[in-house]
Amino acid sequence: MASVVSDHRGADRDEADRYVSPTVRQSVKILVSGPFGVGKTSLIDSVSEIVPLRTEEQMTRQSLGVDSLMGVERKTCTTVALDFGRITLGGDIVLYLYGTPGQRRFWDHWAGLAEGAIGALILVDTRRLEESFEVFDQMELSDTPFAVAVNVFPDTPDIPLDQVVAALDLPTDTPMTSCRALDKESSIQALITLVEHAMGSARLAGAQR
Amino acid sequence: MVDPTDYLGPIRPYVLTGGQARPSRNTVRPETLLVANADVSLPPSATRQHRSLVQLCRGMLSLAEAAAHLKIPVSVAAVMVSDLVDTGHLAVRTVGADPDTPNYELLERVLHGLRSL
Repeated sequence: MASVVSDHRGADRDEADRYVSPTVRQSVKILVSGPFGVGKTSLIDSVSEIVPLRTEEQMTRQSLGVDSLMGVERKTCTTVALDFGRITLGGDIVLYLYGTPGQRRFWDHWAGLAEGAIGALILVDTRRLEESFEVFDQMELSDTPFAVAVNVFPDTPDIPLDQVVAALDLPTDTPMTSCRALDKESSIQALITLVEHAMGSARLAGAQR
Repeated sequence: MVDPTDYLGPIRPYVLTGGQARPSRNTVRPETLLVANADVSLPPSATRQHRSLVQLCRGMLSLAEAAAHLKIPVSVAAVMVSDLVDTGHLAVRTVGADPDTPNYELLERVLHGLRSL
């Protein structure tokens, strides 16, 4: 069934299925992060049972420059968008996947977004690895468990994963995998890698208590 | 009185919340599940936006989903939801208080669920 990528897009995901099943008792979330264009929304779309939704926030941000004539700081308005999807698990749990950009200002703005998250799946594109640096700067500031998945594009060079770990200067125990974000099975496998890692962190935290 | 939310052009976001900038409770998160309480009808003074939110939540939805369907920012929807939970028009459908991080047992169930997909 690995080839089924978009067949679930049509009748299964229409308006009638907008609502969460009444049997669901609990919601959990995973953040899918990475730079612009890395495939966050593709991954969410490939596994989501609903057509991914988008929500936008306006944020004002003081620009770095000061208007020398007026002597007041100029403010700029930016829109940040969050794409997300949903998967019902075992009938009583609903898992939300939030696609979060890597920029610091986004994480500052969405203060509650990472709170209570299972963890973050960080997508990287090895053809432009430098664009991921800011995301990892951000992850090092947070306690959120994370796993890294190289999104394999048709022209992605075949780089061993341990070399990617070294290039990103990540702790050697960081779970690292590769996936094709457009493929449902492959994307689910990447999510499983993250959840297994989060279970290890949870067990460790439990043992220290 | 004119309901400012009847104006079809752009309005400043906090107009929708009656001037409040922060939710009255800090337990609502984007993934918090909500459902309308059919037994409590809205007062005539309720705004169109509050009505739309309660109407939308006749089935269970998370805060972020409700915000996306109504095309309003999650931060604005969070304020409205807090008010509607306070007045009994919306109920939060989650077992117990959300822990800071999911516990091992919950993660195990999530893992099992993902493997069974």
